[in-house]
Amino acid sequence: MLEYPQVLAELSAELATFAPGRVEIGEDTDLLDDLNLDSLQVMNLLLHIEDRFDISIPVSILPDVKTVKDLALQIEKLAREA
Amino acid sequence: MGLFDKFQGLAAARRELAALGIDPFGVEIERIISPTEGIIHGRRTILAGTNNYLGLTFNPECIAAAHRALDAEGTGTTGSRMANGSYSGHRRLEEELAAFYGMRDAIVFSTGYQANLGTLAGLTGPNDVVLLDADCHASIYDGCRLAGAEVIRFRHNNADDLAKRMRRLGARAADTLIVIEGIYSMLGDRAPLKDIVDVKREHGGYLLVDEAHSLGVLGERGRGLVEEMGVLADADFIVGTFSKSLGGAGGFCVSDLPALDLVRYSSRPYIFTASPSPATIASTRQALSILSAGRDLRARLRGNYERLHAGLTAMGYTLGASPSPVIAVVLGDRVEALQFWSQLLQRGVYVNLMLPPATPNGVSLIRCSVSAAHTPEQLDAVCAAFADLRASCGVVAAENSAGT
Repeated sequence: MLEYPQVLAELSAELATFAPGRVEIGEDTDLLDDLNLDSLQVMNLLLHIEDRFDISIPVSILPDVKTVKDLALQIEKLAREA
Repeated sequence: MGLFDKFQGLAAARRELAALGIDPFGVEIERIISPTEGIIHGRRTILAGTNNYLGLTFNPECIAAAHRALDAEGTGTTGSRMANGSYSGHRRLEEELAAFYGMRDAIVFSTGYQANLGTLAGLTGPNDVVLLDADCHASIYDGCRLAGAEVIRFRHNNADDLAKRMRRLGARAADTLIVIEGIYSMLGDRAPLKDIVDVKREHGGYLLVDEAHSLGVLGERGRGLVEEMGVLADADFIVGTFSKSLGGAGGFCVSDLPALDLVRYSSRPYIFTASPSPATIASTRQALSILSAGRDLRARLRGNYERLHAGLTAMGYTLGASPSPVIAVVLGDRVEALQFWSQLLQRGVYVNLMLPPATPNGVSLIRCSVSAAHTPEQLDAVCAAFADLRASCGVVAAENSAGT
C-alpha cells in the first residue's frame, strides 16, 4: 500500500515535470501561487496524477487542496480506499 | 479580505482592455437588421458569431406564431410552472420534443444554461458519480456542483480515458452518468460518440449528450450527433437549447426513461424560476417544426460552413477542427488575438473572441459561427477580411494544433 512519504515523493516528481524549473517543490508549496497554475491547469494536472497513481480524483476535492501536502493527503486517502 | 478584493484580477483585465481600446466582451449591436447583419459602432456589420445556425430568428412563420401568442396569451407567465401553473404551450412543446426524438417525455427549461443546470442538479446527488468530458460547458460543471455530485473528468474526446475511469469505479460504474457534448462550443469538434457508446455498453452507466450546437445541424432530421452516428437509442438523456438553431430562448431535456418526470420535481432550476413566455414557446414550436422538416436549411448550412472552412484553410490559418458550424481560428497570445478580433470588427465582421481559461489548452481563439442564412457574398466578405489581415498584419497563426 502507498504510504504518505512515497506519495509525496512521487507527486513532487510529477509536479516538477508539469512546472519544470519554476520552484523547489515541498510540502508547503502552494499549487496556485507558487507554481503559478490557474484553476484549469490544476484540473488538467489532476488527470496526470490520476494516471500516475491509478486513482480517480473527484473535482470536488479542489476547494480543500491548496498545497502539495493537501493534495498528497487526498491521493493517499483515495489510493487507500480504491 | 474585503467584499470586492476578489475582483482585483478582473479589474486588471478590464483595465488592460481599456488601455488597448478593445472591448470584445461588451459589444453592443446597436441595431439588428437580419440573422446575419447588424449595426455595430455605427457600421453595417456581418454577424458571424451569433450561433444562429439556421437563421430562424427572422423567419416569418416563427414571428407570426410569436405575434399570435403574444396577442392571445400576453407578455409573460409571471411565475413558475410548479407553483403558478403551466400554459398549454409548455406541455405541447414538451410533447413535440419527445415525439421529435421518439422518446417518452421532455422537460422544458427557461434557458439553455438552466437545461443543463436543472437536468444535472435534478438527476444527480451527493452519492452519484458524474464522468465529464474535460471540455464540457460551464453549465454542466455548475449543474454537478449544485447537485453536490462526485465529478470525475476524463480527457477530452478520449474514450479510452473514459473506459479507464469507468474501470476504476468498479461496481459504481453501472450507475454513473457520462456527460458529453455533440459539438464542442470552443473548437467545433465532435465527440467520438460510437467509441463512447461502446464504453457505456461495456461498463454500464447512463449517457447524457448535450446537443446545444448540433440540434438542427447534424443528422438526417436534425436530431444531432446521436442521429448522425446512429446511436439515438443509446443516449439516455439529450439536452438541447432553443437559443441557437431554434432562434428563441430556453432549453430542454428529453429521455425515454420514466424517471425523467421525477427529475422535474427535484430540479431547483426548474422549480424556482419563471416559465418561458408564450411568444418564446410559440416561436420555438414553429421553429422545431421547420427544423424537423427542413433538410434544405441543413444542406445550406453545411455548404456555408464548408465554404468558410475551406477558405480559411487555404489562407494557411490553423483551425480547431474539421468543418462544422463552429469554426475556430487558433491564434497565439491574447494580445494578438485581441487585436485580430478588433481588426475584423473594423472590417465589418463580427466574430467571437475566446481567451484562456475559457479555451482548451490555453490557446486564444477567434470563433466564427456560420448560419444557413449567410449569403455566398457575405462569406466571401468574411474570407476577404481574414485574407486582408493575414496579408497586412503579418499575423502568424499558431503552429501548434489545438490538441484535436
